[in-house]
Amino acid sequence: MTDSGITSVAMPKWGLSMRSGKITDWVVAEGDPVAPGDDLADIETEKITGTLEADSPGLVRRLIATVGEDVPVGAAIALIAPPDVPDAVLDDLAARARAVIDAGLPEDDGAGPVVETVEAGGRKVSYAGAGDSGDVVLLVHGYGGDRNSWLFLQEPLAARHRVYALDLPGHGTSAKDVGDGSVDLLADAVLGVLDAVGSDRAHLVGHSLGGAVVLAAAARSPGRIASLTLFAPAGFGPSISAGYVRGFAAAQTRRELKPLVGQLFADEQLVTRQVVDDLLAYKRLDGVDAALAALAETLLDGDEQRIDSAAAVRALGEVVPVTVVWGSADRIIPAEQASSVAAVAPGAAVRVIDGAGHMPHMERPAEAQAAVEETIARAG
Amino acid sequence: MADTLTRDQLLTAYRTMRTIREFEERVHKEFATGEIPGFVHLYAGEEASAAGVCLNLDERDTIASTHRGHGHCIAKGVDVGGMMAEIYGRTTGSCHGKGGSMHIADLSKGMLGANGIVGGGPPLICGTALAAKLKGTGGVSVAFFGDGGSNQGTTLESMNLASVWNLPAIFVAENNGYAESTASTWSVATDNIADRAGAFGMPGVIVDGFDFFAVHEAAREAVARAREGGGPTLIEMKFTRYFGHFEGDQQTYRAQEVAHARAELDCLTRFAAQVTADGSLSAADLAAVDGAVAILIDKAVAEAKAAPLPAPADLLTDVYVRY
Amino acid sequence: MPRNLTYREALNEALAQEMERDPSVIVMGEDNAGGEGAPGEDDAWGGVLGVTKGLYHKFPGRVLDTPISESAFIGAAIGAATAGLRPVAELMFVDFMGVCFDQIFNQAAKFRYMFGGKAVTPVVIRTMYGAGLRAAAQHSQALYPVFTHIPGLKVVVPATPYDAKGLLIAAIRDNDPVIFFEHKALYDLTGPVPEESYTLPFGEANVVREGSDVTIVTLGRMVHTSLAAADELAASGVSCEVVDLRTTSPLDEDTILESVENTGRLVVVDEATPRCSIATDISALAASRAFGALRAPIGMVTAPHTPVPFSAALEDQYIPDAQRIVNAVKPVAEWRR
Repeated sequence: MTDSGITSVAMPKWGLSMRSGKITDWVVAEGDPVAPGDDLADIETEKITGTLEADSPGLVRRLIATVGEDVPVGAAIALIAPPDVPDAVLDDLAARARAVIDAGLPEDDGAGPVVETVEAGGRKVSYAGAGDSGDVVLLVHGYGGDRNSWLFLQEPLAARHRVYALDLPGHGTSAKDVGDGSVDLLADAVLGVLDAVGSDRAHLVGHSLGGAVVLAAAARSPGRIASLTLFAPAGFGPSISAGYVRGFAAAQTRRELKPLVGQLFADEQLVTRQVVDDLLAYKRLDGVDAALAALAETLLDGDEQRIDSAAAVRALGEVVPVTVVWGSADRIIPAEQASSVAAVAPGAAVRVIDGAGHMPHMERPAEAQAAVEETIARAG
Repeated sequence: MADTLTRDQLLTAYRTMRTIREFEERVHKEFATGEIPGFVHLYAGEEASAAGVCLNLDERDTIASTHRGHGHCIAKGVDVGGMMAEIYGRTTGSCHGKGGSMHIADLSKGMLGANGIVGGGPPLICGTALAAKLKGTGGVSVAFFGDGGSNQGTTLESMNLASVWNLPAIFVAENNGYAESTASTWSVATDNIADRAGAFGMPGVIVDGFDFFAVHEAAREAVARAREGGGPTLIEMKFTRYFGHFEGDQQTYRAQEVAHARAELDCLTRFAAQVTADGSLSAADLAAVDGAVAILIDKAVAEAKAAPLPAPADLLTDVYVRY
Repeated sequence: MPRNLTYREALNEALAQEMERDPSVIVMGEDNAGGEGAPGEDDAWGGVLGVTKGLYHKFPGRVLDTPISESAFIGAAIGAATAGLRPVAELMFVDFMGVCFDQIFNQAAKFRYMFGGKAVTPVVIRTMYGAGLRAAAQHSQALYPVFTHIPGLKVVVPATPYDAKGLLIAAIRDNDPVIFFEHKALYDLTGPVPEESYTLPFGEANVVREGSDVTIVTLGRMVHTSLAAADELAASGVSCEVVDLRTTSPLDEDTILESVENTGRLVVVDEATPRCSIATDISALAASRAFGALRAPIGMVTAPHTPVPFSAALEDQYIPDAQRIVNAVKPVAEWRR
């Protein structure tokens, strides 16, 4: 926000490789009042579609970008300001913003996100980082995901921290061999990346299976871990959608995969063609079938959860701040397990996000980001 | 020559030729009843070629044949009962009734099939020879073809390729004097098919196809050359077929050479005469084989006639390994 | 984001990765290395348009040049396949199929069936197709309909570098004879290709563009032409769904029919000549299995029933372009009883 109270809403950067986005729908119109968290626009990128939320209050005074045009990341797409800001000022700003959009995408300097690799436990692990100051934050995705699962969070967090996201073994561009597929083997990868970035004090963020993995890593190396933010973590109760886990491993076609992926979200509209295509392309890489089958056995004992994360939490004691975030509409691991986490970690903060599914870090990125920042702050 | 072969080998040779002869004579008879579907092309008279060549081969080796393939199948060890059932189109046949006389094959025995396309075999044999060479098995591959097939472009290309790639291949031209109804003396531009060998960079040899021992010796040399990395050979057998091009062929194009051949040149008669003369085998040995073969053929025919036809669902199976 | 490769490089990488993984994979064809027997450089060409470059030195003894004897070496590839190798043979231009077709359609295609299910013939025959290079009538045809017609063969026609690598790896691993069609004008096309090995299944079409008004079914180079036409049509308010067949045998009937059920209107775009073609094949499928959903006659955009002409002025007319597709789609979109 400028001194005059004008907020320039910019095309967000979702994911390290995003260079431009397209507004598919303006949810607000000029003249609408907005409060923080209100939906502003639906935006489509190469990788995903998402909804941009307002982060400050005001009146929508100008919509600059039009539906369907390519807008470079960072370019102003709307102006929010109090009613007393003169039109002339806004027209001037809008005209200049319009010129930036009309100038088109800057030349691709080829400098996309730098993907590093490290040998951890004899396996190649890929990771990518953003941000050059502050504490190290390491983001760990879940079963069948990859480092791009954090695309709504990584850049915003990078404003104040060094934020890394890795591909677990069997996922993304990491080696696809998962050995015995155990949580400990996956935790090797987490610790390996911390070694590679030279961190002796890191904040770990884990989703689903990744939540169990960061807990295991923390239990092995508690001195190194500053805080834990767990999004719908595995291992806190018997209930899990075994049908989802096994179905995802077994699916061979888009027809089979689409409805499964839909179960991850409260709003199935988030599952675009690109999301399914990318998952299908991942599943067709050599070795992925075997990896997912092994990991399914790690996750499941019959139709129930096999992992016991409570032991890792107890081992950590009260030293490390823990936050657990869960979507109330999670169809994969039920949100009531959040209270099981609290039961073994009485100091843990619990945030249930109303109406989100199993992917709150994608469905409610602003709240997810706030939860991570708040946990980091508690670590002091 | 008989004394370079062991007693077992001589018995095997005789049994092979006798089995082929009785098989073909019996199919000739049964075909006339109208019970055998489609076309059959009989090998009777040519037995020494198949037997003499194949006695030099083992399980590493592959052969490809022609539409006149029963003899080669038997000599390479394809099950006789299965062959007969295949000819009758039964589900118990070597190819489950899906191939018939012209497509009998058994890859487990290195028999890449009879072939309904004249000249279809030689390119395939270049392939199996290449595989043997690259895998280092020491195996050789033999392409049998007729005087008709010797003029087919595929045969000529294959001979060139086998020399250029130095393949362990043997090309056996079975010149029985006729390609269908056309005399080989007319259709083959050179006096002998073997004359072409030099043009394709390989040695060529002409053999009396009625003489088992001559065939065996020529083949032995060619097989040794191939196994030792010396490349391909062309062997031309000269003989006669006793029956028509196909069963039903009136053979009005022929002179009376069959009667003469059966009487004076027949490979089985000559073999028997030679081995009994030099004492390698006795008349009793040969008679025992004759008896066993007769029983074998009778059994094969009886079982074939009684065997079930393929089920309607078999029409659609085995087009692909997985579609 | 995977790095960009050209279609040619994607094919080369597929071959290299499979040859690395499986020692039974061999490559053969005319000038697949080049320079054989000549005093100059070995691997001089790496294939007439460079697809096999570098493999000769990387995999000694497994890249074989051949004399110009298609029936012999295509037949040899087929025979070697029955004997435990996995040959990738190149029929340089599909227009040359005439000199080796027997080995392909009477031998390889039929072994499994004729021999009662006992033969396995895992041969891949790569071949170039398509017009646009002024190569004239005997070097420019799109003959995949002829191979599609033969039971026992599989026919693959990739349109992008990503598809080319995944489908070629799948073809090499497939245990049936596969004829793999590469449009000669696509070799320089770039696109994202993962570094790791991966496969794409046969019989799965790709909906490359979603739409609601008209379904365009197409393949190979025509996928790109159809997408360009779809852009133009979108500007005039016609929303096209573009379906890339990827393989004609097996054929993904479900995706085609599902799309036609949604849009009710179908135009097939195929560079091949029109009689007994993919265009007529898809049209018949839709007419017989989606009749109730159709709201307009089916349109077909194909080459004319002529050989491919030499002169640029004529060849450019011969090949379906975006304008012809637009002109064919509009009446189908607008058709009312």
